[in-house]
Amino acid sequence: MASLRGQACIVGIGNTGYRRAKEPEGNNLTLELRAAQAAIADAGLRTQDIDGILPFFGLDLAEEFAVHLGIADLRFQMTSHLGGAAPGASIATAAMAVSSGVASQVLIPGGWWGYAGRRVREIVVQDVSAMSGGSNARDYYFPYGLTAPVQWFSMIARLHINTFGTKPEHLGAVAVACRTHAQRNPNALMRGKPITMDDYLASPLISDPYRLLDCSLEADGAAAFVVTSAERAKDLRGKAVPILGFAQGQPFPADDIVTREDPFELGVTHATARAFEMAGITHADVDFAEIYDPFTFQVIHQLEEMGFCRRGEGGPFVEGGRIELGGDLPVNTHGGLLSEAHMLGMNHFVEAVRQLRGEADERQVRHAEIGIVTGFGDFGDGSVVVLGRAS
Amino acid sequence: MNSPARPQPLLRHLAGEFYAHCRNGELRFQRCTKCGAWRHVPRQTCTKCCAWEWEWARSSGRGRVFTWTIVRRPMHPAFANDVPYAPCVIEMEEGVRIVSHVVDCPPDDLRPGMPVEVAFDAALPGVTLPKFRRVRG
Repeated sequence: MASLRGQACIVGIGNTGYRRAKEPEGNNLTLELRAAQAAIADAGLRTQDIDGILPFFGLDLAEEFAVHLGIADLRFQMTSHLGGAAPGASIATAAMAVSSGVASQVLIPGGWWGYAGRRVREIVVQDVSAMSGGSNARDYYFPYGLTAPVQWFSMIARLHINTFGTKPEHLGAVAVACRTHAQRNPNALMRGKPITMDDYLASPLISDPYRLLDCSLEADGAAAFVVTSAERAKDLRGKAVPILGFAQGQPFPADDIVTREDPFELGVTHATARAFEMAGITHADVDFAEIYDPFTFQVIHQLEEMGFCRRGEGGPFVEGGRIELGGDLPVNTHGGLLSEAHMLGMNHFVEAVRQLRGEADERQVRHAEIGIVTGFGDFGDGSVVVLGRAS
Repeated sequence: MNSPARPQPLLRHLAGEFYAHCRNGELRFQRCTKCGAWRHVPRQTCTKCCAWEWEWARSSGRGRVFTWTIVRRPMHPAFANDVPYAPCVIEMEEGVRIVSHVVDCPPDDLRPGMPVEVAFDAALPGVTLPKFRRVRG
């Protein structure tokens, strides 16, 4: 089989403003359509040119997008059930679809009233069985008051602390790096609200060891991107960012976070080598990484499992500004879910494309040639996408 | 004001059988009768060898604290009056792990590897939850 390396491109990106509104104005589709229209326009396409739609699990359906965008002949639709790893998995699906000719221009939308509407934590409580592993959570976690992502993942953070001596300051380094980057991002919810390590350490414990400042920001907004083939991208106005490699992966078992033989195993543990091999890169080639960051430790955890450092060394790895702009491996240059907004990881792709187009303004990574984006969903499902410099 | 109802397991199929043993004061996990592997949470086939044959094998009830979190801000309204409380993962002698509580240990006193034994909690109507207490000495 011919390699899929570089066969497809992200040719359009779009997003709404990210904010925390008092009341929803319209529904999720209102936000998602705004972002979709912006992404399609950014690609230099008309909405009717879209012939594939990969909507986000649990949000709006492809049929609803098609009718509102005037797409009379939708050729392809599919939804990934990998939670926060879905944007990366959808990029991969779109790349496969446009490379094989199943579709020509694929739209990937995602967004929600995640603050003014039903909050993420409420979604989980009200309907946990909808997620992967949800029936296990309902029958074996919830009766003990273990009901929310912040609680599940803080248990893994504590295991890491107990096993490897990871310190609060290591988690804090991730929070401070993301917040520092957000000061250079006009769309970041936390722009104008910088934090220090002392602020981090003084923030209240939510689910110990996680503090308030370990947690991502429930937010309102949407983002979208358009994927087309490298061949087709040449004819379009938009600056095309090549998709060089992609893979998804799951821990075993994926649907139960506490009984894994290897309790630190993640989806990216498996996906990273596959994605890097397709792209023909090594860790040293990566100029920046947009890492799915529902909570601070999940950044350290993924850096380890991706092989940027050895397991147990992720705490020291993120210290000393290494993951900040200007450091060896800038991480979450937009501020991430932690300080830009929890936009389902869609915003990580928007940021990576801006970086690789050289359009990231005051937060631009110099000479950015290779960027990676991870996704992390449900109980640790993962996706890794390698993107190259725009042509 | 009454607090909202505690979330309960759906007592059907394998979950129903697991909790029925608990109601009888027995902690039992599935054990594959082909390869002998213990498993939890309950599954239809063995996660090691895929065999359908299994039994509800009696656990020694003894295990050790594997990891935990201390909930200081409740995310579910039914637990609002319980904070701080500590959902724990217990690693049983048989090798399986289970989410539970250590009922006689203040959250801040939990330590990794702390030995515990099962102690059933019938406080909820309709379901008996396996919980744990410290083994001293």
